[in-house]
Amino acid sequence: MLHLSNGTRWALRIGTAITLTFIYVPLIVIAIYAFNDSRSQSWPIEGLTLDWFDKALHNPGVRDALWTSLKAGLGATAIAILLGTLAAMAVARHRFFGRDTISFLVVLPIALPGIVTGMALNATFTQVLGVDLTLFTVIVGHATFCIVVVYNNAVARLRRTGTSLEEAANDLGAGPWRTFRDVTFPQMRTALVAGALLAFALSFDEIIVTTFTAGSEQTLPIWIFTNYSRPNQLPIVNVVGLMLIVLSIIPVYLANRLSQDPIGAPGATAGAGAAARG
Amino acid sequence: MASPAPRAEPAASGLARFLWRRPRLQLSLLLAGPVGWLVVAYLGSLAVLFVASLWQLDDFSGEIVQNPGLQNFQELIDTPVYRSIVLRTALIAALVTITDAVLAFPIAFYMAKVASPRVRALLVVAVLMPLWSSYLVKVYTWRIMLSNEGMVNWVLDPVGLNGPGFGNVATWLVFSYLWLPFMILPIYAGLERIPNSLIDASGDLGAPTWTTFRRVILPLALPALVAGSIFTFSLTLGDYITPTLVSSTQFIGNVVYANVGIANNLPLAAAFATVPVAIMVVYLLIARRLGAFESL
Repeated sequence: MLHLSNGTRWALRIGTAITLTFIYVPLIVIAIYAFNDSRSQSWPIEGLTLDWFDKALHNPGVRDALWTSLKAGLGATAIAILLGTLAAMAVARHRFFGRDTISFLVVLPIALPGIVTGMALNATFTQVLGVDLTLFTVIVGHATFCIVVVYNNAVARLRRTGTSLEEAANDLGAGPWRTFRDVTFPQMRTALVAGALLAFALSFDEIIVTTFTAGSEQTLPIWIFTNYSRPNQLPIVNVVGLMLIVLSIIPVYLANRLSQDPIGAPGATAGAGAAARG
Repeated sequence: MASPAPRAEPAASGLARFLWRRPRLQLSLLLAGPVGWLVVAYLGSLAVLFVASLWQLDDFSGEIVQNPGLQNFQELIDTPVYRSIVLRTALIAALVTITDAVLAFPIAFYMAKVASPRVRALLVVAVLMPLWSSYLVKVYTWRIMLSNEGMVNWVLDPVGLNGPGFGNVATWLVFSYLWLPFMILPIYAGLERIPNSLIDASGDLGAPTWTTFRRVILPLALPALVAGSIFTFSLTLGDYITPTLVSSTQFIGNVVYANVGIANNLPLAAAFATVPVAIMVVYLLIARRLGAFESL
């Protein structure tokens, strides 16, 4: 235990409290506004109601956007699981020239500002490939920056479990596929579920890359972005906002429980880069 | 990890044996998908972006002419508005970075060196959760809080003060809010690696708290701080949502967004999008020299 003077200890406690308050007040405020019974956004709110939840759930725009977001999230997650796992197996189980480059390549889509990734994909889709911007292009964009979270979780798990069980399986006569199915995969399963949950949460919230790849498709964040300035829609925007927060925090919480490799571990900080961006 | 040690050949099916004898082929099969995707879809797109930044818009038809030249970059350098937008963005990014470093240090130090393991685990989750919760909603909430009738004015009014309203100050505040967890986590990890004995030794040798902080803790935590600043800086450079929601000022991101969506000048947007990339490359080179990459 470190020896600190009482004064220093108290200063640190106060600093911690200030920072935590700063972080959490806005999140609490949006939760309260979702129950605001007035259309006015002034503080303090006058009364509480659940009406806007009902209205939001029956709003066709919100419903369509929610559906689009779910499809985009599931599509991107599926691709990210496949590619992230493959890359992780290669990096964690083989030694080859350019192995460090793979890790760099996987992180790059979220290390660069979202607007760069978005612009790059937009230019490629519209100018080079000549494809229309649809749900498909959104999924391609999201998958690109989601690979990293699956990859990070899978690599961490593979490094931790080591190769002895796989070697034993080999010695007992199991081929590569059988070894993967009966030994490697069961060891990786929870890490992959955690990675998938994070990838989904990431995709569900993303707006910048989405804006550049969505064309006329509306995901929930884009719906908010097009409606936040319409006074009539504000109460519904507040509800959708709370929905987004809750739906992205639940997967992250579950992922944290599932994965024994803490998500806060170095490298995963980078993985969260995209979360903030979008 | 590492390449497979020599093992007994599996008595499995023909295909399995075939693959087992060819670890290189196994590796290529594993890598084909992810590397194909990232190199073709992603690096390929980045290359297109750079090429597109050399194209131009035909003045009369408004069509894109795929005819390489440096006019867009010339326009960026020659137009005073664009120059001041780049400067403003970089300046705010720097201010945000400093603000976050100041806000992050106490809580990171508390987590790493003072809190009990239980409290520490709780705090890590408490810092991590908001990082993943919807970015757009957080900006939007600040918009509500900073509005005229909003919470910030309501809190400050009794003290006779006024909130910043919408503008550059609001942008700085919201950016600092958004990226704060990105600063806390690397600093926390960095501080955790400093042995307590070094800090104690400094105290035993008579250094006051402030001196210990300045001469022992800060130099050792610097790589972590720089690692955190990569996020706070880079994320600010590319953002256009925050400036749109809480100010009417233009940032790099706004110009790119406006030129893709409204003005339909993709080449100019592409050229402007390379500016944050260039700034980040320089920043990353400096960061690497300061040892920040080991702290990421």
